[in-house]
Amino acid sequence: MSSTYDDARAADPIAQAPVLAPGHTPGSVTERISEVVTAKLAKTPKWWLLGVAVGFGLLNLFLLAVTNLFMTGIGIWGNNVPVGWGWDIVCFVWWIGIGHAGTLISAILLLLRQSWRNSINRFAEAMTVFAVACAGMYPILHLGRPWLPYWLLPVPGTLNMWPNFRSPLIWDVFAVSTYATISIVFWYVGMLPDLATLRDHAKAKVARFAYGMAALGWRNSSRHWANYEVASLLLAGLSTPLVLSVHSIVSFDFSVGIVPGWHTTVFPPYFVAGAVFAGFAMVLTLVLPLRPLFKLHDFITDRHLQNMAKVMLTTGLIVAYGYVLEIWAAFYSANEFEIFMVLNRFTGPYAVQYWLLILCNILVPQLLWFRQVRSNVWALWVIAMFINVGMWLERFVIIVVSLSRDYVPSNWSMYHGTKWDIAVFAGTIGLFLTLLLLFLRFLPALNMFEMRVLTPEATKAHEEEK
Amino acid sequence: MHGPQKEPALHGVMAEFRNPEELLAAIAKAKAEGFTKLDAYTPYPIEKVLDALDLHHSKIPLLVLGASIFGAVAVFGFAYWASAIDYPLNIGGRPLNSWPAFIPATFEGAIFHGGLAAALGMLLLNGLPRPHHPVFDVKRFVEHASKDGYFLVVESDDPKFDAASVRRLLESLAPVEVNELEN
Repeated sequence: MSSTYDDARAADPIAQAPVLAPGHTPGSVTERISEVVTAKLAKTPKWWLLGVAVGFGLLNLFLLAVTNLFMTGIGIWGNNVPVGWGWDIVCFVWWIGIGHAGTLISAILLLLRQSWRNSINRFAEAMTVFAVACAGMYPILHLGRPWLPYWLLPVPGTLNMWPNFRSPLIWDVFAVSTYATISIVFWYVGMLPDLATLRDHAKAKVARFAYGMAALGWRNSSRHWANYEVASLLLAGLSTPLVLSVHSIVSFDFSVGIVPGWHTTVFPPYFVAGAVFAGFAMVLTLVLPLRPLFKLHDFITDRHLQNMAKVMLTTGLIVAYGYVLEIWAAFYSANEFEIFMVLNRFTGPYAVQYWLLILCNILVPQLLWFRQVRSNVWALWVIAMFINVGMWLERFVIIVVSLSRDYVPSNWSMYHGTKWDIAVFAGTIGLFLTLLLLFLRFLPALNMFEMRVLTPEATKAHEEEK
Repeated sequence: MHGPQKEPALHGVMAEFRNPEELLAAIAKAKAEGFTKLDAYTPYPIEKVLDALDLHHSKIPLLVLGASIFGAVAVFGFAYWASAIDYPLNIGGRPLNSWPAFIPATFEGAIFHGGLAAALGMLLLNGLPRPHHPVFDVKRFVEHASKDGYFLVVESDDPKFDAASVRRLLESLAPVEVNELEN
């Protein structure tokens, strides 16, 4: 078995490809990555300005939508009894899920010593932080009284009462706030040595000062590195169970409830796999255009794309297994409401969304079995877009289809998102794009010190040790 | 301590090398000469350098363990106190101390405190933030330490430290240049 696998691997030119193009030294890697950030403002690429214009435009749409929401109330959205959770929670789960690939790439692949992650981890961590920022908007906006979010926290006040620690919604508050905090900390700690590099190499005085302050005086001392390596490893070790717990707890928001289609034990693993699936799709969606725009082919090689495609294929199959198990569990339970829920998904008023979901998340990703597809950037991008849409539809199907027809037919009602639902969602995309583009221009998007580790000079020092 | 402590005039003597092998050879030589207060500056962590300088005794794991246990105990204790003592609320006849339901928040509390302890502990043990340091006075250090230079500093609090003899030793190792670091 294993020898056939090894033979196939040896015959695969992409699997044998280096994770860093040959000929690089620590100096050349540093210069190549930092020049994007240290370039003069006047030399900012046109596509970047265009991207910020689009992102910032959408962000202003967000401002408009949220202002209307605060002045009028959440009645401007499509949510109404019985569908109290609509686009807002669909998008919340979608964004949180996207964030998870960042943590997976930076933490789990670090623990597994997968050095190919070194060039994409910083970018993926930034994606996590920004996606969590977008996700965090929704629960607060959905409160209806957005000036009272502190009621969710155990803050002593004149109310004289505490949040209900038996509620998954309170678990969610703890999980998401911990996730946001630790993601930011992990991202920032990971960036310290690179901020020091920018402090030393930025041309403008203001930039040197700003990066200098942000670098906190990091000076690449071995005493620093010794503590730093341990701290990074521990942060990765803590983030790994954290990311699993966050999406498990998000799935508890549903599975602890008794709504048909929600109340199953498969939810935590199936949500976590879905999150990783969606997150890798988003990483590919963003990395594929950025690679030619920043000319990063030396650092993000075909092997990276191929590995990410394989992770997508694997997690996609786990998600497909989840879908099959949902159907099986419904019939096995012999519960008429659960069985109705499944048949309602197949043939009910939202059948189009359900079958589109199956197309996007199960059928289309099967193309990734073919090496030709995995090595074709256009095909990869299109498949990643299908998955982005599919994962949004998955949350829509879980949340809306179940709520719209639960137990008593007299309680059934259709749900449709309104233009304001769309505006808020487009607005969070604007927030994400704006933050991401600012990050790409002003912070090191690739991890410079970990890329130096991949150069022959560094690997030589490492190998002699063995 | 009485009055301001007088700092020695020098922080140490620094030599720059071209690659990790030269740096490692220099560390070995300095150690053979009996120097103990050595620090190396490398653009990325090099295990062998950390081994040579005997730096594998970080206190961070203990800090993180302590903080995580504190976080778990604090959150669980609070959930218990809030749900069973301060504001007992009968929800469907469930026990007031419904401890399995407190576990998710407890777990997050452990991770939250452990993660912050890892990051803040790293800064604290490294003496950061500290925007300025004598090593930054060397022009080539600023240009190369965070890019492609490998530096060794013999620090002045070494019992055997003597600026002139340290300089002679470092110059015998074919460095790029040798500098005295003023405090």
